[in-house]
Amino acid sequence: MRRNGPLALTFHAIFVIVMLAPIAVVCLVAFTPEGYLSLPTNGFSLRWFRAIANYPEFVRAFWVSLGLGALSSLMALLFAIPAALAIARYKFRGRDTLAALFQSPLMIPHVVLGIAFLRFFTAIGMGGTFGALLVAHVIVVFPFALRLTLAAATGMDRSVEMAAISLGAGGWTLFRRVTLPLILPGVVSGWALAFIQSFDDLTMTVFLATPGTETLPVRMFLYIQDNIDPLVTSVSACVIAITMAALVLLDRFYGLDRVLAGKSDTGR
Amino acid sequence: MSAMVDTAPAHPVAPARDEGRASAPWALAAPALMLFLGVLVIPLAMTVLLSFHDWGQYKGIEPVLILKNWHEIATDPYYLEMFGRTFRIALLTTLITAVLGAPEAYILNRMAGPWKSFFLLVILGPLLISVVARTLGWALLFGGNNGLVNKLLMSLGLIDAPLPFMFTETGVVVALAHVMMPFMVLSVWAALQRLDPQIENAATSLGAGSFTIMRRIIMPQIMPGVLAGAIIVFSLSASAFATPAIIGGRRLKVAATLAYDEFLNTLNWPLGAAVAVLLLVALVLIVVGSNALIERRYAEVFR
Repeated sequence: MRRNGPLALTFHAIFVIVMLAPIAVVCLVAFTPEGYLSLPTNGFSLRWFRAIANYPEFVRAFWVSLGLGALSSLMALLFAIPAALAIARYKFRGRDTLAALFQSPLMIPHVVLGIAFLRFFTAIGMGGTFGALLVAHVIVVFPFALRLTLAAATGMDRSVEMAAISLGAGGWTLFRRVTLPLILPGVVSGWALAFIQSFDDLTMTVFLATPGTETLPVRMFLYIQDNIDPLVTSVSACVIAITMAALVLLDRFYGLDRVLAGKSDTGR
Repeated sequence: MSAMVDTAPAHPVAPARDEGRASAPWALAAPALMLFLGVLVIPLAMTVLLSFHDWGQYKGIEPVLILKNWHEIATDPYYLEMFGRTFRIALLTTLITAVLGAPEAYILNRMAGPWKSFFLLVILGPLLISVVARTLGWALLFGGNNGLVNKLLMSLGLIDAPLPFMFTETGVVVALAHVMMPFMVLSVWAALQRLDPQIENAATSLGAGSFTIMRRIIMPQIMPGVLAGAIIVFSLSASAFATPAIIGGRRLKVAATLAYDEFLNTLNWPLGAAVAVLLLVALVLIVVGSNALIERRYAEVFR
């Protein structure tokens, strides 16, 4: 394979700088010592990170997001693991339709999902509740939980299970002691990816969130709509840091390239 | 495989799991299926139904079946302009990501191992970072007439006077192209992984120059990747919410932000539902249609 020439490397350098610039500028402005939006040219300060504590809406929204992300991805897995086993191991009529249905939340624009959930939950009297938000998030993160679990279940060595069956293990014991440990890396990565999706979702959540159940992206979005000041940059910097932490976890358990490659057909 | 289980010792063995009971997979998938039917299919059907309901400032939503909302969307030029803007922004975003993302994926693919994985991570990582945070970054970079982007462009002599980026389509397209870029790089990258580097070497040994190799060898082979990426980027851009809302502001409406306004500000839910359903139908038609075209055109590549 031929090497990259100077022209290609210049293009690459500019490309990478442009890709990182918006994220870098948010993180830099978060450390400004000034009272207005500016790059920290006169030294770094943590005043805007401390200021978050004086703004209870952000703190509260953070805990809502964290709880919602953790719970919804866990619940999605409870539904996704048996579904993944069904799709991975059996050939049956309707299998492709079922798989397509389970992937469909990726194809439907989140604004349409938000509207559909708002209409539905209002009609059944659950409008504005945390439960409604939770169920909606389970649906939205389900494809991500399913995808990595499915990959693990498909690639699993069935002979270990056969051995366990021949030794008399069956049903629940077989699942708990043999199958689950074997697909665990896929399950944990599925949880982490689902968590990130839930933690970052704005478009769908903005329709369902009420002042009591605002998530962090919703709170940030509504704040930005009114005015942009350094406070929202320090909150964003925290969000970026949390996402990075989840990324490291994903990389450890699964390899980030595989996770991201799985994300490539999100729009289909 | 079932034979193997049948010969296992006398224990009450679990049924052969592959071709055994036809109901087994359905039993496993039942909870998820119930969830999807109950909380996805029904709400979507209700939304389609909602778009045919009547609405009035004082009477609220009336559950009747009329074409009022659809008629309004079809006849009022405001909606034509808004959908035109939505798809124009999506198309421009797709073009920018294709023109810049495809070469970048190619350059990445030619890098040495550790650099390759490092830069792949740098370019794909932002995919998982909150869209609000990334768009906020662009709002800071654009920031009025003396934003960093304008300062840079003027100091490079590319423009004489500051360009308006905030609250313009230009700004929305630039920020959206940044948000969507990882999808395109990833898609082209996947196509490049299937490419045999020896073909390039063979072409060189047969006397082809770099331009010919690019045009005759590389381009035809990564085109399916570019087109697949384009479909993803287009459909996500056409339904994007956060970026048009933050960079475009309240006046520059696209389909998603208009539906949001109808639902949470004007409270005309039936009209908002009609806008959303139209967006969904248009996108499904475009995506399914272009997928079919691509698969027919590149049947040999997908085989």
